[in-house]
Amino acid sequence: MMLDAASWDALRLSLLVACTATLVALPIALWVAWLLARGQFRGKALLSALVHLPLVLPPVVTGYLLLIGFGRNGPIGGFLYDVFGITLAFRWTGAVLAAVIMGFPLMVRAMRLAIEAVDPKLEQAAATLGAKPVSVFASVTLPLIAPGILAGAVMGFAKAIGEFGATITFVANIPGQTQTLPSAIYSFLQVPGGEGRAIALVLWACVIAITAVALSEWLAQRVAKRIRGIESDT
Amino acid sequence: MSLDLNITKRLGTFTLDLGFTAPNGITAVFGRSGAGKTTLINAVAGLSEPDSGHITLNDTRLFDAAQRINLPAHKRRMGYVFQDARLFPHMDVTQNLRFGLRHAPTGSTGPSLNEVADLLGLTDLLKRRPTDLSGGEKQRVALGRALLSRPKMLLMDEPLAALDGPRKDNILPYLERLKSGAAGLPILYVSHALDEIARLADQLVILSKGKIAASGSIFDVLADPAIVPIVGVRQAGAVLQATVMEHGDDGISMLKTNAGTIELPGVAAPVGTLVRLHVLAQDVILSRTRPTGLSSVNILPVTVKSIRTGDGPGAAISLDAVGDQLLARVTARAVQDLDLSEGVSCFAVIKATSIAATSIGR
Repeated sequence: MMLDAASWDALRLSLLVACTATLVALPIALWVAWLLARGQFRGKALLSALVHLPLVLPPVVTGYLLLIGFGRNGPIGGFLYDVFGITLAFRWTGAVLAAVIMGFPLMVRAMRLAIEAVDPKLEQAAATLGAKPVSVFASVTLPLIAPGILAGAVMGFAKAIGEFGATITFVANIPGQTQTLPSAIYSFLQVPGGEGRAIALVLWACVIAITAVALSEWLAQRVAKRIRGIESDT
Repeated sequence: MSLDLNITKRLGTFTLDLGFTAPNGITAVFGRSGAGKTTLINAVAGLSEPDSGHITLNDTRLFDAAQRINLPAHKRRMGYVFQDARLFPHMDVTQNLRFGLRHAPTGSTGPSLNEVADLLGLTDLLKRRPTDLSGGEKQRVALGRALLSRPKMLLMDEPLAALDGPRKDNILPYLERLKSGAAGLPILYVSHALDEIARLADQLVILSKGKIAASGSIFDVLADPAIVPIVGVRQAGAVLQATVMEHGDDGISMLKTNAGTIELPGVAAPVGTLVRLHVLAQDVILSRTRPTGLSSVNILPVTVKSIRTGDGPGAAISLDAVGDQLLARVTARAVQDLDLSEGVSCFAVIKATSIAATSIGR
């Protein structure tokens, strides 16, 4: 499908933001999912609530909170700028941060379910066979939860592609810099005669979203099969 | 090579408090559910930490509360065969077996994967996934995996409990082979099935409410009248050793015991083998004179060693059968009528068909 330069920029930026956000969020989400699934500590309910907060807050509110906290005059943003010279607000990196925060609950949820489905008795068995904790995780736990991790990553990616409210509030809608795919569609619809360009991007958004959901569904089925052990070579 | 332990562990209102030594061979731990069997075996494996005491394997302190030693499970080298097999679902049989081998300490020696597969009859299953295996096959793979981790000791927690009769008969010969094969390996075998224990064990520890009720050689403990209330009247029975003399054309085999010959159906062991017979106490009839005109020809001269009367109408009688031991359960009234007391000579009648083929072990 033919896209003009601005649309291409938006699509490319969205893919870049979504890929970066997914890679950044993945290890943190896995760690938090592990804490929530297996950890026994005070404040577990609080952590769970905090993780799920972006899911229930209006995205514009999340975006505004990010602006307050991570803007150059904000407590965290100011520190990042003063110490590392990093600016997040109104930059593509800020769009990554917004995508990470918004996709985080979905990623954690998928991974947590996968971890909870693994029977700790299997890990005990691996330990009695002489496997060190790291080895138990790598050869027993990780293969069993891998499809769940991938499913979480796909959910996070899809959310990052579609993220609009928090992103536009935090990093605005600057063509070529912070204009993501949803922001571009929104902009095109604001000008007379922009429907054609909007529809082209809408179709692209649909293709990406459907592919992501289908992939996630397929992976979710694999995790269930793998853990029940239905999968077989025969 | 031996395991020596003395531990306490509190779990709610339950307290495990025991100590014993398990030498080479199979030490069985018998107890009803809730007696503390799994708590004990998990403490030995390093999957749960006792409150006090020590666990020593050969010269290695696995656990010592006083010295704050608690070796983690992966450093203890205990081959643990769980009741529920716990095969890795994402690996086929070969990969499961190789997992044990891969984590064996470098430089350790032992049987190869092929030898273990051969010993346990796994050669045709190697490419299968755990879900395509029967319960007995799963347990054999789990046992193979444990053996290949080159353990210093084997722990078996009711490995046959989840299997039905025929499948049990399928795996028992492998365990018997292990007993004679894996030389120098102490095995702790937890079970609540006395027929399995009578067939396999050398030593027996009887657990009751977290404490040891009796322990010692399998022959002595099972012939002890005091254990009848703990193991239950239906399971109680001593182990008699006999040598297979000949197999008759009619399916009846002649076996020689110290006290005389007996005839039994369904003996598969070849002539010359020493077998164990689990003779249930309720299947032994006592007579002061040698009975004649009986359908059973299995009449052994015995001497009363001790008599224990309980709260009920029954009495358990320990008998000496020329060095072997038997346990008989009769009514307290019969004890009076026959005038039985310590040192009295009498005859024990054993019904041939009452010794099921499963209670005959090598």
